[in-house]
Amino acid sequence: MHPFSYTRAANTRQALDAGRAGGRYIAGGTTLVDLMRETVERPRTIVDISALPLREIMVTRRGGLRIGALVRMSEAAAHRGVRALYPVISQALELSASAQLRNMATIGGNIMQRTRCTYFRDVTAACNKREPGSGCAALHGVNRTHAILGTSDDCVATHPSDAAVAFTALEATVHLLGPDGERTVPFADFLLRPGSTPNREQALRKGELITSVEIPALPRPLQSGYLKVRDRQSYEFALTSAAVALHIRGGVIHEAKVAAGGVGTVPWKLPAVERELIGQRPSNVLWTKAAERAADGARPLRHNRFKVELLNGPSSANCAS
Amino acid sequence: MFGAGPADAAQASPSSRVTLTINGERRTITVDNRTSLLDLLREHLGLTGSKKGCNAGACGACTVLVDGRRVNSCLTLAVRLDGAEVTTIEGLAKGERLHPLQQAFIDHDAFQCGYCTSGQIMSGVGCIDEGHTGSPEEIREFMSGNICRCGAYVNIVRAVEQAAHGK
Ligand SMILES: Cc1cc2nc3c(=O)[nH]c(=O)nc-3n(C[C@H](O)[C@H](O)[C@H](O)COP(=O)(O)OP(=O)(O)OC[C@H]3O[C@@H](n4cnc5c(N)ncnc54)[C@H](O)[C@@H]3O)c2cc1C
Ligand code: FES
Ligand code: FES
Repeated sequence: MHPFSYTRAANTRQALDAGRAGGRYIAGGTTLVDLMRETVERPRTIVDISALPLREIMVTRRGGLRIGALVRMSEAAAHRGVRALYPVISQALELSASAQLRNMATIGGNIMQRTRCTYFRDVTAACNKREPGSGCAALHGVNRTHAILGTSDDCVATHPSDAAVAFTALEATVHLLGPDGERTVPFADFLLRPGSTPNREQALRKGELITSVEIPALPRPLQSGYLKVRDRQSYEFALTSAAVALHIRGGVIHEAKVAAGGVGTVPWKLPAVERELIGQRPSNVLWTKAAERAADGARPLRHNRFKVELLNGPSSANCAS
Repeated sequence: MFGAGPADAAQASPSSRVTLTINGERRTITVDNRTSLLDLLREHLGLTGSKKGCNAGACGACTVLVDGRRVNSCLTLAVRLDGAEVTTIEGLAKGERLHPLQQAFIDHDAFQCGYCTSGQIMSGVGCIDEGHTGSPEEIREFMSGNICRCGAYVNIVRAVEQAAHGK
């Protein structure tokens, strides 16, 4: 690990000043410390933001949610409002990482986490995300766990967050605070596809802080859930996952919010699947028919063609349950 | 408070002074900012009960309690712990009296080589405290952050059940 100086921000102003001066925020530290140890990350200054007042979960007036950036994954998963309104979020969180990591890790850090691509994590390997212009060792390397959607010739790494899949499905927004004030970015625009600049991963400006993630209110009753397929049953990243929320009234699906994880360079919204579902009556035939659209546009690599089939599976299974 | 305000962050030194409580004992230590809590415990304080398996959050052997919550000490920077209370496996027993979960591990023979055991026990204490012991399935899921290469899982789950429910 490279040496760094450490400072603890007592308030938001101090954090933003330190951030503008080039300091790197640390929240739970569960991924930043790991990447620093691998020397993938080499910040000169670490700014501890854990004392900032961003730890609240609020149920908004119309029945949406606002989750503070420093709320721990375990706290968000256990929160009554989250469990009651959006089981898909608590499930995605509880199926992430381990109980210990969830006690440390925050919602803001979770959506900021970088890919788990082994070539990205290995400083001796070619990786355009880590070292722009060095190439992509995964493209023709061992790419079983890599992305089939949203890839480019420069990068095929997946986004590893489960919670972000739920946030994508539910069309959340990210609240940001920077030196120039507050702004709000739709989740779909917050995480960036690699294109020719895989080193740019989030629509975050220098020194900007995530303050909260907001989930809009959806019509009720709402059934929602998260399904995750992985190499082992727990404590593992997704090979494929699906976040689904359905508003069914009078036996007909009126709203459908669906996204997939583990398959895209960013969490993958599935509008074609949503369109298949809306206006229809739930049935096994419908789930299967809708799920056939889940892998639209997929570009499998040498070792990950199986993800196309998995993708057609989990989303239909999730709807059914 | 130690450490520098943001204004002079750039000149701040790469080591800091921290005051924290470890197993009930208050200590003030100067640490290189890079030092993990795990290395602080093992290398600087001689508390070698917490183990280093992966040093990357992926095995749970380093699990300790910080302010009562189970965490991976390998991913915790010691410099961040000013004012914190840390409990390690060495601080669990009350004198000669073992913690009920330590006793349960013996009763159920919940280890073979023992390398993962201190992490399992600290994690189990957290798991019980969080109330995630409703069923063997729930215990398995909420103890999944602790890998056991010897495969003592069946007895580990039984030990956690015993300590949680007295059975
Ligand atoms: C073994 C292991 C298994 C895992 N399995 C899973 C899994 O199955 N599913 C899953 O989703 N995740 C998994 N994770 C990842 C884990 O969820 C993330 O490491 C965690 O959520 C990151 O949050 P943090 O608060 O610790 O972030 P930090 O490490 O503190 O920060 C991460 C990044 O976010 C930035 N940042 C943090 N907060 C803010 C903020 N408020 N504003 C601006 N920038 C900010 C930091 O500067 C840094 O760049 C796993 C991790 C490990 C180590
Ligand atoms: S040593 Fe900390 S989790 Fe493995
Ligand atoms: S007892 Fe040997 S690793 Fe668990």
